[in-house]
Amino acid sequence: MPVRYPGFDTLALHAGQPPDPTTGSRAVPIYATASYVFEDSDHAAALFNMERSGHVYSRISNPTVAVFEERMAALEKGVGAIATASGQAALHLAIATLMGAGAHIVASRSLYGGSHNLLGYTLARFGIDTTFIDPRDLGAWERSIRPNTQLLFGETLGNPGLDVLDIPAVADIAHRRGLPLMVDSTFTTPFLMTPFDHGADLVYHSATKFIGGHGVAIGGVLIDGGTFDWLASGRFPTLTEPYVGFHGMNFAEESTVAPFLLRARREGLRDFGACMSPHTAFFLLQGLETLPLRMQRHVDNTRKVVGFLASHAAVESVAYPELPSHPDHALAQRLLPRGCGAVFSFNMRGSRAAGRAFVESLQVFSHLANVGDAKSLVIHPASTTHFRVPDEQLEAAGITQGTIRLSVGLEDPADLLDDLAQALKRAQKVG
Amino acid sequence: MDLATSPRLYAYTGGKTFDAAKPTVVFLHGAQHDHSVWILQSRYLAHHGYGVLALDLPGHMRSEGPALETVEAIADRIADALRSARVSQFIAVGQSMGSLIALELAKRLPEVVRGVALVATAFPMRVAEPLLNATREAPDEAMDMINVWSHSPSIAGFDRKPSNPGPGFSTMWQNLRLMQRIQQRNGGTVLPTDFVACSRYAAGFETAASLQCPVLFVLGGSDSMTPPRAAKALIDACRSPQVVTLPHSGHSLMAENPDGVRAAIVDFARRAFPAPAD
Repeated sequence: MPVRYPGFDTLALHAGQPPDPTTGSRAVPIYATASYVFEDSDHAAALFNMERSGHVYSRISNPTVAVFEERMAALEKGVGAIATASGQAALHLAIATLMGAGAHIVASRSLYGGSHNLLGYTLARFGIDTTFIDPRDLGAWERSIRPNTQLLFGETLGNPGLDVLDIPAVADIAHRRGLPLMVDSTFTTPFLMTPFDHGADLVYHSATKFIGGHGVAIGGVLIDGGTFDWLASGRFPTLTEPYVGFHGMNFAEESTVAPFLLRARREGLRDFGACMSPHTAFFLLQGLETLPLRMQRHVDNTRKVVGFLASHAAVESVAYPELPSHPDHALAQRLLPRGCGAVFSFNMRGSRAAGRAFVESLQVFSHLANVGDAKSLVIHPASTTHFRVPDEQLEAAGITQGTIRLSVGLEDPADLLDDLAQALKRAQKVG
Repeated sequence: MDLATSPRLYAYTGGKTFDAAKPTVVFLHGAQHDHSVWILQSRYLAHHGYGVLALDLPGHMRSEGPALETVEAIADRIADALRSARVSQFIAVGQSMGSLIALELAKRLPEVVRGVALVATAFPMRVAEPLLNATREAPDEAMDMINVWSHSPSIAGFDRKPSNPGPGFSTMWQNLRLMQRIQQRNGGTVLPTDFVACSRYAAGFETAASLQCPVLFVLGGSDSMTPPRAAKALIDACRSPQVVTLPHSGHSLMAENPDGVRAAIVDFARRAFPAPAD
């Protein structure tokens, strides 16, 4: 008696949106409105008191944004989602919902720099401490948990070496200690991996990247798998005890599987206000419709680029988990059978000047600080994002003078290889 | 609140302190579920003059003990608790398995019951043997089957508006996660026990015919678990049934059409209780 859910490609096009009942619009309308007219006073009170479903004010929810949220929840197999102003806002919303001053996080050290800044510096100023560890060291995850730890956190594919997070193992450690695991899934998207299937409890994305895919809108999204038993854990009073800031609501009583999302929306969006605009949601939905097609092409192109670079004499090493030389090769085969994304780093032979010459010689790749665009992108960390960092610290971060980060786009792969070949040739002349 | 202790029988009260003197709405969930399937309807009624008791059935989520093996045994336990709580008048609202319990509960408390609302019901409610076997041998597959069949067909389970309990939520995945949570917390015997209780229940016609109170049927036009035609004989057995059919809704009516179910229950409650609630 086999049953099946709608397929990924179908959900990417349809989830969260029936045709507009008023106009018949097939495309998702942009509801550019701050607020919504109540039917009467009772309707107003019921919406405010969470007795009825609906929209009150677009900082809390908006019909266009809700389509994006529900589509992402459908694709990730989560109980719901909250769209945010950026990926960083999603990370902050998750943390602020779960904990306050005096709490502690155990995080992978292989993080996007912005996440590292938030955890290492900014949240520390607000009394939330983070211990950064080598994500491959499972013992370190276990040893770093303290009585006040509230969250374990890593990236599905870490920066800059594409460390593959062993989600099943780290989730097991977390759950045995009554803690949730949150992952940043920006580099993998639900097309390459659905982290809830492997044990993660919360997922967020910088939707600016592959979700949108076109680099025209900044946005983030936080998805709750509904898998973590906050009540059984006993460590999360924000979810399991009455909240005087919202009608004395005990969120875990209201919803057995989604108290986190209830509080995050009713408190986090309400008070911090880092919401997504309906225009941004519309842009991101346009991208989301073609996510499966794009991600497959991203991976196909990346495999060709990786193969080309790995055999090039001017290239010292390539860090891509599909290569047998990568330390997480076996884990990647298990967790990421569809591919390891389209962002990776490689080390050129030669000086910092050679790296600069390489980047400046590229014609198809765009030199900028972003990833996940339909267009191919490149950056040379030693001369840009990390140019003030001393050499020994660069080395500790896994960055050499010749480290180049690529985000492989959707162009004709032959053009990408030609472009890389001519730029490597020019860089070799610099030495 | 704890409606009973030893073993604990938990009831969500809709965000308000329960007052047994008020006209009370008793919500009864279906197989492998808990009180939270009624989140919007129960909260609305609690804030509109009614006492609300949305139960976790014995052995489900916060209520202790094993899941009980017959509809009658569950009804006995709840009836005892309502008597102890001195509930003065109530309507019973049950979905699927909960609808059968609602019938039996009304039969046990004729002096205080004012109505019975049967949501997504059928009688007999026999669970197909392959599905019943799957609940024992392949529970994950069984829960997927139930989840798919509990919602309107095809993509509709993923695009229904308004979302429940609010914008941004997925009805489908919440339902699956809730069933998985019950399994995780209460063990793997709950689902087969519930289904066997549904299948074995044999007194539907007699009980329905014996009720003196009004009976409301709220049916999903696209329900493939308990299709409207499967409720017809039970409807015919009632003295003065009222039927509300919500089009394009499946078995998870309360989540798929929260406004439709709420409106039907509110209308029924207003007519069922002798004095209008404030």
